[in-house]
Amino acid sequence: MPTDLFRRRFVQGFACLGVGAALPCCLNHTAFAADAGKKLALKGVADGVYAFGGVNDLMTQANQGAICNLGLVIGNEAAAAIDSGGSMIEARAFISAIKETTDRPVRYLINTHMHPDHIFGNAAFRDIGAKIIGHRNLPRALAARGDFYLQSYRSQIGDALMKDIEIVLPEQTVDDRLELDLGGRTLELRAWKAAHTDNDLTAYDAATKTFFTGDLAFLGHLPTLDGSLLGWMRQLDELAAVDAAVAVPGHGPVPSAWPEALDAERRYFDVLAGDLRKAIADGVPLDKAVETAAQTERGNWALFDDYNGRNATAAYAELEWE
Amino acid sequence: MQSYTLTNRRRRSPASLLFAFVIAVFAMLGGLTNMAGAQQTMASSDKIWGEIKGDFFGDRQIVSDTGLVRIEAPKRAQDAALVPVDIYIDPAKAPEGVKAVTLIIDVNPAPLAATFTLGKDAGVTHISTRVRVNDYSWLRAIAETGSGQLHMSQTFVKASGGCSAPAVKNTDEAMASMGKMKLKQFAEPQMSKVQELQLMIRHPNNSGFQRDPITQYFIPAHFVQKLSISQDDQLILAMEGGISISEDPNFRFDFKAHGTGEIKVEAADTDGKVFQDQWPLEATGL
Repeated sequence: MPTDLFRRRFVQGFACLGVGAALPCCLNHTAFAADAGKKLALKGVADGVYAFGGVNDLMTQANQGAICNLGLVIGNEAAAAIDSGGSMIEARAFISAIKETTDRPVRYLINTHMHPDHIFGNAAFRDIGAKIIGHRNLPRALAARGDFYLQSYRSQIGDALMKDIEIVLPEQTVDDRLELDLGGRTLELRAWKAAHTDNDLTAYDAATKTFFTGDLAFLGHLPTLDGSLLGWMRQLDELAAVDAAVAVPGHGPVPSAWPEALDAERRYFDVLAGDLRKAIADGVPLDKAVETAAQTERGNWALFDDYNGRNATAAYAELEWE
Repeated sequence: MQSYTLTNRRRRSPASLLFAFVIAVFAMLGGLTNMAGAQQTMASSDKIWGEIKGDFFGDRQIVSDTGLVRIEAPKRAQDAALVPVDIYIDPAKAPEGVKAVTLIIDVNPAPLAATFTLGKDAGVTHISTRVRVNDYSWLRAIAETGSGQLHMSQTFVKASGGCSAPAVKNTDEAMASMGKMKLKQFAEPQMSKVQELQLMIRHPNNSGFQRDPITQYFIPAHFVQKLSISQDDQLILAMEGGISISEDPNFRFDFKAHGTGEIKVEAADTDGKVFQDQWPLEATGL
């Protein structure tokens, strides 16, 4: 068998056995080379502030990993990008779009947290000289998960899209708060306690009152829990108190109204926690409790069946310590 | 989530044959577990089991599906870091009792997840816990009877992928409250002499098999490796190993209480830390 054919079928074979929404990939394994010079569509959010809106989907070959929102803030001297995207293809398309929008150098890349859709493009930003900044817990979280991410996403999104992806750690970390001077405007970074993950970092542009929430805010796309449900719920009021005119959530419309952007997830968390607390009090074991928890929320979210069971599993294990 | 059945895969026969071949090649090259991009199958998991069972049981005969022991887990794991698993023992099929139950997860870097020793007259018929599963894998429970027979039950779990990594979610919290224990007691009104308990221990229970992608070093293992639960110095249930037990190890089990003596728990982790606690047995159903 010729090597090429062998390799391609090898890749397809794995992709087809992949998880989640990987099935359509089998019909969609073309056109990667053609995408090399593609640019992401950046939307103006405020003066000197732009964002790209990701699709509400799992990362697949077809969407090139572009499922989360990305941000750009441009000062007089330098620009900062918020999150690097779910593949090097996406990150390069993001950089092309940035270069078309501004001639200022991208001095900083902010990683809002550890998840692959937000950090798989890090190497592209390192390669253009951007300083990568993350939460104080981000290096530890990536050390524990990076290898697994590289391995598990290969079967989900395929070798072609995994090409050149590296786990690149932040060069600088934020303990509590950090201000970045972009020249004439300041980007305020804030490290949060465990919520969506244990390494959530937000960015706030004081000049336009634009709040980049990372995955502390989900709209439309079911929130995913990989940190602490109670921590997330406890910090909702503090998040809502951020004096923002608009928000760029991690997943959901760009821009979104603030603090209304938190309303839907607050309701979901209340329902999820309420259902699970009742199950725990009644002695219902984890595997049974997660089948019914928060099912009344099903019609309100995209990707509900993909993530609700997982959220409920993690939340049950957390809530039974109450 | 979609589920792929074996029959689905068989319909794709050329690809799956190729897939099996590739698995075999990888296995021969020594990449038995966790090859990049390859999902395990029932067959490849079985192959691993064929190669490792001698390490645990020598050449002793293991009989399958006799009903003496039964293992249950979700067909598709919601969270690879927290896969609930239930082991049931049928006392009617084990007149000379069950001494121990070994839990194996074929594809994990250390397949021996835990070994449970059952107290001689404790009457344990059900153990429920949560494990980390690195990939698609058979989970196996092998029960050893009082006369030394080995009985096995197995169930296939599809656990992999996405951002649900088999890692600690809230490391600060896990470290801050390490060693804290909680015992829940469930009322069992119909079975007057059977108590159901749930023991919870705060611990990151890190398997040590995560490789830091930057340094290439493995993160040091740190998990509860010994645990004993007893009443009046009589063993109810003990656990050894524990490397694949999820963070905050959690064991729900039933037993026949002898009187109302206190339930005492001792646990030791791989750093040599010892955790102890005890609780009065509530007289529900006695």
